[in-house]
Amino acid sequence: MSGPVLATQGLAKSFGSLVVARDIEIELPQGVRYALIGPNGAGKTTLINLITGMLRPDDGRILLAGDDITALAPEQRVRRGLVRTYQINSLFPHLTALESVTLAVCERSRAAGTWWRQLTAYRHEVDEAYDILAALMLGPVCHRLTRELAYGQQRLLEIALALATRPKVLLLDEPAAGVPGDESKELFSAIAGLPGDITVLFIEHDMNLVFRFATRVIVMVGGSVLVEGTPAEIAADPQVRAVYLGKAAGKSLAEAHHG
Amino acid sequence: MALSESLPAPHAYFRARTRWRPIEIAFWLACLLPYVFFPDYLSLASQIAITALFALSLDLILGYAGIVSLGHAAFFGIGAYTAGLLSKYGWGEPLTGLAAASLAAGIVGYATSFVICRFRHLALIMLTLGFGLLLEELANSAGWLTGGVDGLQGITTWKLLGLFPFDLYGYAAYSYALAVLFLLFLFARLIIHSPFGLALRGIRENLVRMPAIGAPSLAHMRSIYTIAAAIAGIAGALLAQTTETVSLESLGFNRSADVLIMLILGGTGRLYGGLVGAIVYMVARDRLSGENPQYWYFWIGILLVAVVTFLPNGILGGLTKLTVRWSRL
Repeated sequence: MSGPVLATQGLAKSFGSLVVARDIEIELPQGVRYALIGPNGAGKTTLINLITGMLRPDDGRILLAGDDITALAPEQRVRRGLVRTYQINSLFPHLTALESVTLAVCERSRAAGTWWRQLTAYRHEVDEAYDILAALMLGPVCHRLTRELAYGQQRLLEIALALATRPKVLLLDEPAAGVPGDESKELFSAIAGLPGDITVLFIEHDMNLVFRFATRVIVMVGGSVLVEGTPAEIAADPQVRAVYLGKAAGKSLAEAHHG
Repeated sequence: MALSESLPAPHAYFRARTRWRPIEIAFWLACLLPYVFFPDYLSLASQIAITALFALSLDLILGYAGIVSLGHAAFFGIGAYTAGLLSKYGWGEPLTGLAAASLAAGIVGYATSFVICRFRHLALIMLTLGFGLLLEELANSAGWLTGGVDGLQGITTWKLLGLFPFDLYGYAAYSYALAVLFLLFLFARLIIHSPFGLALRGIRENLVRMPAIGAPSLAHMRSIYTIAAAIAGIAGALLAQTTETVSLESLGFNRSADVLIMLILGGTGRLYGGLVGAIVYMVARDRLSGENPQYWYFWIGILLVAVVTFLPNGILGGLTKLTVRWSRL
């Protein structure tokens, strides 16, 4: 694929007088791992909501593999391969992990509209769901109810659900939110191990994780994209230090990158 | 990997879920007991079977897709009047009557689903309630067609399969109602164990998450609402055919409320909840109204308060909890 797999053009959104997205232009090529960083209230989650269709933009266009998807409903975007996870777990508490992922696989394969055959007939779907769970180290707990899973396992299940839709672009809203330090490294290792053809954009506050797992970084401030570049460029960018992190934090940013 | 080997394989898990358990087989065999032990109560038994089917149809939308309805009797009534009118104007064949009733109720269900399925919670309750009341008054005012408050008279149901007449003792009525209930139960069981059934449970668990896995939730909800309406219509037609009368009560608010009470009593989202609830409720009503015709709702009220307080998941939920506790001892 030559062009970017996901692009936004002049994306804008306001709530009354509060501008939450201002003329956002990003282009994500295939297979790249992007980190989206910025201070609280910079509009990171809003951008994900706009891209995935949870929010309607006031202006601008969203292109997926060159097609304009601005007018599509969220589930139609998912079917085209634009998928997200949530910052706060949004799962199916009384379904088992395997049932949840099987459901997502069935929705993708369009089997979920079928009411005249039992699930036991869908061996491929169940196998695929199990393989996804096993790859994310959830195999041994696949028969547990979601609400009985440990928090870190629930975060992984969020990703498993997203993977079941066979995404081209995966938007992860703070995948490690609330996960203790050493576990979050494991979680990011799982993210780093995702198939190389998937474009990943993740929001993350821990700069160590950002510099370790991102190949490119987008910095947002006040609803706009401040700068985009490689982790090294971002760490060295005086604008980023001054506006986003402040002096002291800028130092730790550089340390995190070198460390 | 000793741990993972001791777990059921992915396929075995789904197979185990769909397998018939001994208690289920016992339940259906027990449905034959009235023939032997309560031959005088076969009419009541057939009413219970019909109500159980109606409760089952509500469970499909409420228990599985989370669509709360206070106007579900609308579809029951549409089915009853369809079968009743068909018979009154010369076609009393029961099975085709059922088919016509399910078609009529299904069409109305499909048409209204476009509005109903866009709403949740309180708005949904008010909408279904309003829709039910609307239909009740419509039937009331169209007295030339429905007979109004006097009910629809002049229904004669032909012999079942051309062989078995509907008699006073209710042999044919109960056999007919029980057979239809069982067949539609098998149908409902197939639905909830299908991929579509899994999607319904997903909708009940987290409707907001469904679009993010690419699920067309609205379409799913419209499908199950239509199916539930059609089944409710069949239940209504059964009542019209076996009692050979249709009253406004068949689509009234009381019937909608009663069926909701039965389902909650029995336990939602477990298929058998509506059946058990219908049995408990109807038998209790029969006993209590026999002893104390004016105040029997008093006891139903106490029963409801007690069940909801002590068994939040209904009678079946409570029983499941008990068996789990026993098996752990």
